[in-house]
Amino acid sequence: MKPPAFAYHDPQTVEEACQLMSTLDNARLLAGGQSMMPMLNMRFVMPDHLVDLGRVSALSAIEERPGALRIGAMTRQRDLEYSPLVRARCPLLADAIQWVGHRQTRNRGTIGGSLCQLDPSAELPSVCAALDATLTVQSARGTRTLAFADFPAGYMTPSIEPDELLTHVELPDWPAGHGHGFVEFARRHGDYAVVLAAALLAVDAAGRITRASVTLGGIGPAPVRVGAVEQALVGQVASATLFRGATEACRSIEAMEDVHAPASYRQQLAVVMSRRALEAALASIGSPASSTGAAAH
Amino acid sequence: MTQKMAITLDVNGTGHEIRVEPRKTLCDALRADCGLTGTNVGCEHGVCGACTVLMDGVPVRSCLMFAVQAQGKALRTVEGLSTGGKLHALQQAFTDNHALQCGFCTSGFLMLAAGTLEQQPDIDDESLREVLSSNLCRCTGYQNILRAVRQVRDAGKAGAR
Ligand code: FES
Ligand code: FES
Repeated sequence: MKPPAFAYHDPQTVEEACQLMSTLDNARLLAGGQSMMPMLNMRFVMPDHLVDLGRVSALSAIEERPGALRIGAMTRQRDLEYSPLVRARCPLLADAIQWVGHRQTRNRGTIGGSLCQLDPSAELPSVCAALDATLTVQSARGTRTLAFADFPAGYMTPSIEPDELLTHVELPDWPAGHGHGFVEFARRHGDYAVVLAAALLAVDAAGRITRASVTLGGIGPAPVRVGAVEQALVGQVASATLFRGATEACRSIEAMEDVHAPASYRQQLAVVMSRRALEAALASIGSPASSTGAAAH
Repeated sequence: MTQKMAITLDVNGTGHEIRVEPRKTLCDALRADCGLTGTNVGCEHGVCGACTVLMDGVPVRSCLMFAVQAQGKALRTVEGLSTGGKLHALQQAFTDNHALQCGFCTSGFLMLAAGTLEQQPDIDDESLREVLSSNLCRCTGYQNILRAVRQVRDAGKAGAR
């Protein structure tokens, strides 16, 4: 239960970090350490070099961009939780972050670390899927951006090269007054979800849905956007009955099976959780953005 | 074995100059190199919370970071709670409410509670329950721990030493 020996590097800039990752063999990045440290302690990973991003201050920022919120990869989950900007511009993220681990782990854990860990049951990858986030990755070879939809290459495997590092996430705005809902079923609070659902809704003056986003986590190897549900909603007047009918489509999603739950159980949860997320989204429409999480810093 | 690094850890206001391998976790350095064995090590993978300390005022799990990462940060451990032989209000409340049996989890709970009450002196019962749920106690069944922390919150003397 002690980490293997490695050489420790603590670059101050993104460029230095990229340089290290392009020259060192068997190097791993260390972000907030809330997943990486257990894996090191249990020797699931045995790097020769560990490149700690903790002192790269340029990567911890929440910035307003035209039409989007831009979040540095090393921004602590705690800073997202207490950010008025996140609450105002991206209430789905503000709701979801409450479900991420525990207070102690959010004090260290980062958004970039969670995205690159890419656990199928983790909250932040599903939020990025729901919002059609754009990711920026950098290496000594240059910088590129990719849509979150193209980010998962497989189970817990992001499609970034060993010498690349995630620097920023851009979360596009939804129209002011949109609805958002995030719900999760876990054995205990703070555990990874068995199944979670994120929903976003925009409606016109007549209550007709103009845009919908429904995402499920914990059911497939990566977050699943349920296009069939989204299509069934757009153009209809939002109601509990509509949601009940539309979310039945979630029952046919191919689901993972593991020690926590069989596939059929997850499919049932997918129906229920997506419906509840939509109901929460509808209930939140037009309400002031500061519903929860406004606790003292 | 890799090259040891010379670092200074600021623990409870005292500088500890130590030499550690980079792979040494903060909890191991606190115990073995700083001689502060009040911080306990349970699971070593971020599940039990026994190793909780305060870093720059917020609770963190000291098995989930390396000592070299804590340079330049203000650390507080259970040894820093009492002053002049007088127990901290939380320590007294744990004693009074029978909030410990074997005591293995206690320093972690104390630091978690101390950090939480300092940040949110008026935290509501439900949030407090949620915060404390992150740590494991295999003896007391949690109710007495909750009662002790609530008592200190209600007395409003979390910062009192
Ligand atoms: S020893 Fe650190 S959380 Fe268990
Ligand atoms: S008092 Fe024994 S584990 Fe908590």
